Amino acid sequence: MELLKAKTLSSPVAWRSGIRQAFADVPALAWLLGMLGAVLIEYLWGDTLAVMLYLPKVPPLFGATLVLKKPLLFPWALLYGLLIYVLPIGVIARVSAATANRVAKALERLPVSVSALLHLVLLYAVLSIWTENSDYRLQVSKLIMIAVMLTLSINVINGYMGEFSCSHPGFMALGAYVASVLTLVLFKDNRLFGPALLPESLGPFLFPLVLFIGGMAAAFGALIVAIPSFRTRGDYLAIISLAFLFIVKSAIENIEWVGGPRGLGGQPHWSTLPAVFAGMILCIWIINNFVRSTLGKALNAVRDNEIAADAMTVDTRRTKMVAFMFGAFWAGVAGGLYAHEVRHVTPGSFGIQMLAEILAMVYFGGLNSVIGSIVGAVSISMISEILKPLGLYKWIVVPLILILVMIFRPTGLFAFRDFNVRKILRHKG
Amino acid sequence: MSLLHVKDMTHYFGGLRAVYQYHLTIAPGEIHGLIGPNGAGKTTVFNLITGIHQPSEGTISLQGKSLLGLRPHQVAASGLGRTFQNMLLWRHMTVLEHVKLAHYAQIQYGLAGAFFGSRRRNAEEARIEENAYRLLDAFNITRFADQIVTFLPYGVQRRVEMARAMAIRPKILFLDEPTAGMTPEELDQMIGIIRKLHDEFKVAILLIEHRLKFVMELCQRVQTLVFGEVIAEGTPSEIKKNPAVIEAYLGKEEVA
Ligand SMILES: Nc1ncnc2c1ncn2[C@@H]1O[C@H](COP(=O)(O)OP(=O)(O)OP(=O)(O)O)[C@@H](O)[C@H]1O
Ligand SMILES: [Mg+2]
Repeated sequence: MELLKAKTLSSPVAWRSGIRQAFADVPALAWLLGMLGAVLIEYLWGDTLAVMLYLPKVPPLFGATLVLKKPLLFPWALLYGLLIYVLPIGVIARVSAATANRVAKALERLPVSVSALLHLVLLYAVLSIWTENSDYRLQVSKLIMIAVMLTLSINVINGYMGEFSCSHPGFMALGAYVASVLTLVLFKDNRLFGPALLPESLGPFLFPLVLFIGGMAAAFGALIVAIPSFRTRGDYLAIISLAFLFIVKSAIENIEWVGGPRGLGGQPHWSTLPAVFAGMILCIWIINNFVRSTLGKALNAVRDNEIAADAMTVDTRRTKMVAFMFGAFWAGVAGGLYAHEVRHVTPGSFGIQMLAEILAMVYFGGLNSVIGSIVGAVSISMISEILKPLGLYKWIVVPLILILVMIFRPTGLFAFRDFNVRKILRHKG
Repeated sequence: MSLLHVKDMTHYFGGLRAVYQYHLTIAPGEIHGLIGPNGAGKTTVFNLITGIHQPSEGTISLQGKSLLGLRPHQVAASGLGRTFQNMLLWRHMTVLEHVKLAHYAQIQYGLAGAFFGSRRRNAEEARIEENAYRLLDAFNITRFADQIVTFLPYGVQRRVEMARAMAIRPKILFLDEPTAGMTPEELDQMIGIIRKLHDEFKVAILLIEHRLKFVMELCQRVQTLVFGEVIAEGTPSEIKKNPAVIEAYLGKEEVA
């Protein structure tokens, strides 16, 4: 009996469930406090510890950049991660759990938005302290948040509605170019469009509007794809949307006044951390609201059985159009943010490679799921960073991952999860 | 006054004459049976009336308003609920979601409400949910509310499909072989359910059924369809005695 017990305790499964039990009553608030503690510790002592661990500098992405370039340093980076992130987060979360639970419980009496806002402020604080460390870390973080927007928005179409759309990079390109042209014409003196029409300092205030217009341009593009695709039942969307992707790309290549194949540069650097963070949160919030409402559930019905959806009074054609344009809108907004972060966009960057990456994100993370979209965007972006030293070969590995996922787990890691904010923020004990 | 009125409805699939000069009149609260051998065109009659196919000829009207040319969801919203012979459920959705979604045409908020979670939207969702639970109660499936339909027993799935159809607030409910694949006990249960539903919701029913026992117990009038044509019509006992029916249909199966 004793022996048996000892044996089960030493197995990894038992360890896992043991750890899970030890943290079962830790609410989201305590985890955020833990993260805040960890990033503060890194901010203060990260450099010192890095030196002690033979690392040239603080590993910017948990050692991801070292895996292929300097594999011998990777174990040290792991140790660094353990000491700086895992331990402090675990300890602080555990210690603060009781208090955090009390706070969370008190917050439950207020509207859920209050609690959500508090958590978001903490999350933002964590992000902004963590990204202080290096420009590289900051840019990767922003690009990952943009990727989350892209993944979630294509999930609306490919996951929630179950159609197969390939035009997302095209929508992103529309958003990126329309937003870029607007800011360049209105707020920047430049070679292509001449002097600015409005003072540049006004720009940041109108940036949300610029992004919105970029999104609407993408939604309009979606309408052009949707009309022939959804007029009849059948799987025309995949092929029409793929054609659309190529049309957008070569159209931009042939428009000289937006730079042609050389691309469009010189956008002001307005995609700051708060701007991108706000964009992503807004995107998640609105999409999640939509897919959880009965109007949005109609997408699921169209996916699972269109004839039954029709017979239950669902206007399936309208539903498909709206969802497709809605997804495209957010891809356009993400494109605008992307353009004002990298500050040089070329038509070539919105091609089949980007499509492979976005599809990998959504199918890896999980269809029909907000959490899945976040997990997919973060993990594929990280893998992408790890593989960067491979150069062109990266584009063999990423599609390979996509194929493997589709074979072994066709709906992805966290498919068909409900993203219930109230439940996530709830006290746990 | 008749509720549903179909006249001279004919439909061809390519060269195949699936339905020929079909006529039907259903009065409010009536339970009307439609029997016939396999391939007789019964399901096609349903699909024609509910707008899935447009008839080659004929007229269809509900309370005097023509249904011709309407799209299926419009026909449904005007008061025709239905179930399917092969049960078309939404395999990734829960029982509650099924019944809630069938309120689609009654939703009183727009896209903006759905995007931003407006107060109106929340109130509407609450109202729809309450109504859905009432239907789940009526069909005795409340305890399955949060389960995905795919893994539920067959009989429960049948009831989910009927609860869903009732959520659109139909004036007439079309049931396409609701007892297909059921055991005799489940069959008796289903008779009880349909009777209760008929009494409680005052809905008229058009019932396709193979088993005569079922038709005898429930229907006031029965039509027999053979090769798309009505060959006999009357009360269940008249139908049972009709020589043409016995020859074309009942002769091949045991007369229950
Ligand atoms: N969509 C379609 N396209 C072509 N032919 C069809 C279609 N639907 C039905 N048919 C044909 O029409 C005829 C009538 O079919 P229907 O499904 O209405 O019969 P049914 O009386 O419901 O039979 P069952 O008792 O087997 O359900 C059959 O010959 C069938 O093959
Ligand atoms: Mg049939």
